[in-house]
Amino acid sequence: MTTTPQAVRRQSPPTAPAFPRSGPAAPMLPSPEPVRLLDEAGNRLPSDYPEPPAETLRELYRRMVVGRRFDLQSTALTKQGRLAVYPSARGQEACQIAGVMAVRPTDWVFPTYRESMALVARGIDPVEALTLLRGDWHCGYDPAARRTAPQCTPLATQTVHAAGLAYGEAYQGRDTVALVFIGDGATSEGDFHEGVNFAAVFRAPVVFFIQNNRYAISVPLSRQTAAPSLAYKGIGYGVASEQVDGNDPVAVLAVLTRAVEQARAGNGPFLVEAHTYRVEPHTNADDASRYRSMDEVEAWLGRDPIARLEAYLRGAGRLDDDAVEAVRTEAEAYADDLRARMSAEPVVDPLSLFDHVYATPTPQLLEQREQVRAELAAEGGEA
Amino acid sequence: MATVTMAKALNAALRDALATDERVVVFGEDVGRLGGVFRITDGLQTEFGEQRCFDTPLAEAGIVGFAVGMAMSGLRPVVEMQFDAFAYPAFEQITSHVAKLRNRTRGGLSAPIVIRVPYAGGIGGVEHHCDSSEAYYVHTPGLKVVTPATVEDAYALLRAAIADPDPVVFLEPKKLYFASAEAALPVTAPGFGRAVVRRPGRDATLVTYGASVPVALEAAEAGRDEGWDLEVVDLRTLVPFDDETVTASVRRTGRCVVVQEASGFAGVGAEIAARVQERCFHSLHAPVLRVAGLDIPYPPPKLEHVHLPGVDRILDAVARLQWDDQPDPKWVAA
Repeated sequence: MTTTPQAVRRQSPPTAPAFPRSGPAAPMLPSPEPVRLLDEAGNRLPSDYPEPPAETLRELYRRMVVGRRFDLQSTALTKQGRLAVYPSARGQEACQIAGVMAVRPTDWVFPTYRESMALVARGIDPVEALTLLRGDWHCGYDPAARRTAPQCTPLATQTVHAAGLAYGEAYQGRDTVALVFIGDGATSEGDFHEGVNFAAVFRAPVVFFIQNNRYAISVPLSRQTAAPSLAYKGIGYGVASEQVDGNDPVAVLAVLTRAVEQARAGNGPFLVEAHTYRVEPHTNADDASRYRSMDEVEAWLGRDPIARLEAYLRGAGRLDDDAVEAVRTEAEAYADDLRARMSAEPVVDPLSLFDHVYATPTPQLLEQREQVRAELAAEGGEA
Repeated sequence: MATVTMAKALNAALRDALATDERVVVFGEDVGRLGGVFRITDGLQTEFGEQRCFDTPLAEAGIVGFAVGMAMSGLRPVVEMQFDAFAYPAFEQITSHVAKLRNRTRGGLSAPIVIRVPYAGGIGGVEHHCDSSEAYYVHTPGLKVVTPATVEDAYALLRAAIADPDPVVFLEPKKLYFASAEAALPVTAPGFGRAVVRRPGRDATLVTYGASVPVALEAAEAGRDEGWDLEVVDLRTLVPFDDETVTASVRRTGRCVVVQEASGFAGVGAEIAARVQERCFHSLHAPVLRVAGLDIPYPPPKLEHVHLPGVDRILDAVARLQWDDQPDPKWVAA
């Protein structure tokens, strides 16, 4: 017996989407060139994106200067043996700071290990932000209170968490947006694709913010993708995307602000690629001279995002010598305070190792806890 | 009392959890309209709506990672992995995030997620559908690992898993899905970390779990003809592990055989054998023996009976428990 088309249609689930699912794909594509609002000298360029308010840009500048000083101090602390390791974000200040300024304190941020600067810009105490890298514990801040996930070291796994968090918040009637930081290398991981796809299918309010800093440790972008831009990875999942000059702080904030608005308005996730550069080695333990030239680094140092924003704000009459000096003084004081507080060696109680494996320790963990307690008591007795 | 299959008991547990706790959401592959390939979620989407029970993209890491985020938002996700071996793509999410979230954040966040995994063989499944994957999970601190062997435990342990503040890998023995028993649901049972003596006996203890429990009980019955009075301990939860019940049983009987379907090398049975010997050495009349699946990739359906521990293999092991106080000839020969 042949099946009539009508019968097929009746049997189709009522929720089956029509084909094609939505309108033309073009609005999902990023701009052909990265969005810029400032040129490298800090001159204003025409753009469809509205410029953030002047007060916001002054605050962006302030946090970038403090953020860079924090980053330099952290690298110094590593050389002094105060931190086990430090992955610097120097040169990526525009992305680090605009990323957290684009969202509300009630939104959620999902950082990676390179986002220490973003964490302190979000208001997290720098000592708590560096707990992971000092080796006192894994996550030093209260993620629920800070609406900030623990820094993610496995690559791209946090993208799926962001999708689930954003969906769960919307499911419970809250207008929370999740902004997830990810690097260029991590876009090759399967979890990145699953996270973007889940967010798209469930229309979860997520902004996927890719800082393309050109290197995954030593491996250049050309080994991660053959796509014209990482921002093109959105369209295959039905996700609107944009690319931006990641060293143009005004553009990064303008693009992310729109992406967050789109997500919060219920238009589904948004993907942003920021073109930037990792000025420092992967971490202090890396030797970048094995895989890239100093000429390349020097060229990128010439595209300094802080100098660019400072030049623009000065030119626009929004920043003068006094204001610049005040921010520098604040940054130095911030670094002094961090240095002083990091010189104290915190006492970490070995017995706390057993506290949060489960909500209630198993009998086996209690046995091991008692064993360690006895070992410590014996050591104490010898002293 | 009514006759209930394990599949129906699991279904009832999910239904009752959805009805009593609005934070509970059930999702995975084919769990919505279809009701799951084993029908464990049958009717839940119709009864509770697409918000509470829904299908996802076909991506296991995505499913588990999505559950982590949902748990961070305050929900209680219950996810289904369609088959044991299809859970492997989610392994990183399970071991690096689900298991560690509470610990990494010193209790600031937790992942009260239930990951349901139909597992083990005996159903004539083709490759990648019959793995006993429990050792991977029990080796990961932070996870609780549960496997029911009875209809009542299927209901009670799944309800307990959903209510538990910690993540639970809930291993459902596929072979027992359609085994039935008299049960009046809802039913309560001993909680996590409590093993149960399914059959008391004086001569030796068979320690087992999941799909191997009915096999061990059958072996114990058959052992009567050989003159052995065998005790059967059903572990129920592999993590937390009930040393107390196992130890008390073996100290009483003085002999122990551990039975598992999974391959033996570095498996759960090896851990149990070590624990029993540490705790019961002076009560033992013979070495603790293991009866396990062979150390081979899971065989094709026509040969799975060779791989799976059966009554004869269990009784052969019991026979080697040095009843005449002579060394085990198997090792003497070696």
